Amino acid sequence: MTATVLARLQGTTTPSVRKPGRRLKPGRPIPLGAAIGPFLLLSVWAAGSAAGWIDPRTLSAPWTVVTTAGDLIADGRLQDNLAISAQRAGLGLVIGTVIGTVLAVVAGLSRWGEALLDGPIQIKRAIPSLALLPLLVLWFGIGEQMKVITITLGVFVPVYIHTHNGLRSIDSRYVELGESLRLPRAVFLRRIVLPGALPGFLLGMRFAVVNAWLALVVVEQINSTSGIGYMMQLAREYGQTDVIIVGLVLYGLLGLLSDGAVRLAQRRALSWRRTLAD
Amino acid sequence: MATNLGGLTATGTVRVHRLVRGFGSRAVLDGFDLEIGSGEFVALLGRSGSGKSTLLRALAGLDSDADGSGMIDVPEKSSVVFQDARLLPWQRVLDNVVLGLRRSNAHERGLAALAEVGLAGRENAWPNELSGGEQQRVALARALVSEPELLLADEPFGALDALTRLRMHDLLRELYARHRPTVLLVTHDVDEAVTLADRVLLLDSGRIAVDLTIDLPAQRSHRQPQFLAYRETLLRALGVNHSEG
Repeated sequence: MTATVLARLQGTTTPSVRKPGRRLKPGRPIPLGAAIGPFLLLSVWAAGSAAGWIDPRTLSAPWTVVTTAGDLIADGRLQDNLAISAQRAGLGLVIGTVIGTVLAVVAGLSRWGEALLDGPIQIKRAIPSLALLPLLVLWFGIGEQMKVITITLGVFVPVYIHTHNGLRSIDSRYVELGESLRLPRAVFLRRIVLPGALPGFLLGMRFAVVNAWLALVVVEQINSTSGIGYMMQLAREYGQTDVIIVGLVLYGLLGLLSDGAVRLAQRRALSWRRTLAD
Repeated sequence: MATNLGGLTATGTVRVHRLVRGFGSRAVLDGFDLEIGSGEFVALLGRSGSGKSTLLRALAGLDSDADGSGMIDVPEKSSVVFQDARLLPWQRVLDNVVLGLRRSNAHERGLAALAEVGLAGRENAWPNELSGGEQQRVALARALVSEPELLLADEPFGALDALTRLRMHDLLRELYARHRPTVLLVTHDVDEAVTLADRVLLLDSGRIAVDLTIDLPAQRSHRQPQFLAYRETLLRALGVNHSEG
């Protein structure tokens, strides 16, 4: 855009026009820019299926997937499984977020808290949550409890890490301001610490949401009798590619929606910031 | 650590006795004594490293990291204005002003304080939408909204451009005339000290080298011969011998 304007200016031969300085920002956002890539992918898939390049046993055609989704909705299986999956992920996300935030504040504001908490959490961070699964199954069985705990474990670590980091990077000048105003600890926490750590917390939430869905997929494929993962497991046994794809699309949509929700919250909550992307 | 005997003296009086402050083995203030009367406007001049900021931070109680001893007696209600406006970027202007207030009518008082510094109607702006001068005015409103008996200002206009700084001088004098707090203003600008203060202290290597009472009318200008004389005295004491601005 800038280039064409420049070309036109030079074309009209006005030597006094100063060349606009080089823009370091990425430029104006493209309308619906985020949709372009996925749309392209979908077109290739549709074209490949229509032309017969893609074996329906390998990958069902998009329209078959849509019809299957319609059938699944009609007999209520999709809603039921989706509801139970969303409940598991949501519960794990809420519990994990609360635990991660509380631990981050405790570790961030007291040296003792840090000494006691930070080490174990860093160790936990080094062990992938899913590697703990055999132990969790032994401890909690294969019921809902084990599923929610696994998701919680995957969620609280990124929330803790990023909130703690955000908290620790709050400018010490603001702490001094709080001291000079003799703010009570609760007010200091509410007006300076928590808002200061919010950018870190929200970044942690984006990782946490991804982890929640990831853990959900895994726990739902272990001896589950409900949920999207179970629906897909069953479809694998009957060779129903279309149902598997419906499940994948669902997972994708859920991930996209929840990330979008966090990003929206980010924009709302951090409207005071001016950044490179604005 | 210093003992705070707040409440033993008249409101607004500042008393410092045998104050020692240092970092590591280096003593910045060594047996420092100072007395400021209630409602007095004192400017504290000095080169960098003379100990003026150390003194101000000691009076503000912001030097828990420093080593020292001595007695400090300052009013219970004191406010600090820093060199940077130090507004919380995530709070709107009004919330910044009333940050330290613990009263039910905080909202009204905050609005009144903003009006006093000429920022009525900007209460819902974000701090980074304001200019540097406006931000420092918000900081002044935040300092004055609690009706302090002592106002401590650490080079509050140091980061502003010359024109804005002149306007801020007028504003500060005006606010001082209305509220009459005791003021201790740290500055390295001789003109600023003579323009604003009723008493100028010149700090050199941790002790008071000059204690000058400024006997000028409230309306001051560089053209007054007495103004120039004070300026000359202070500049000479600072080791500057020529008198051009």
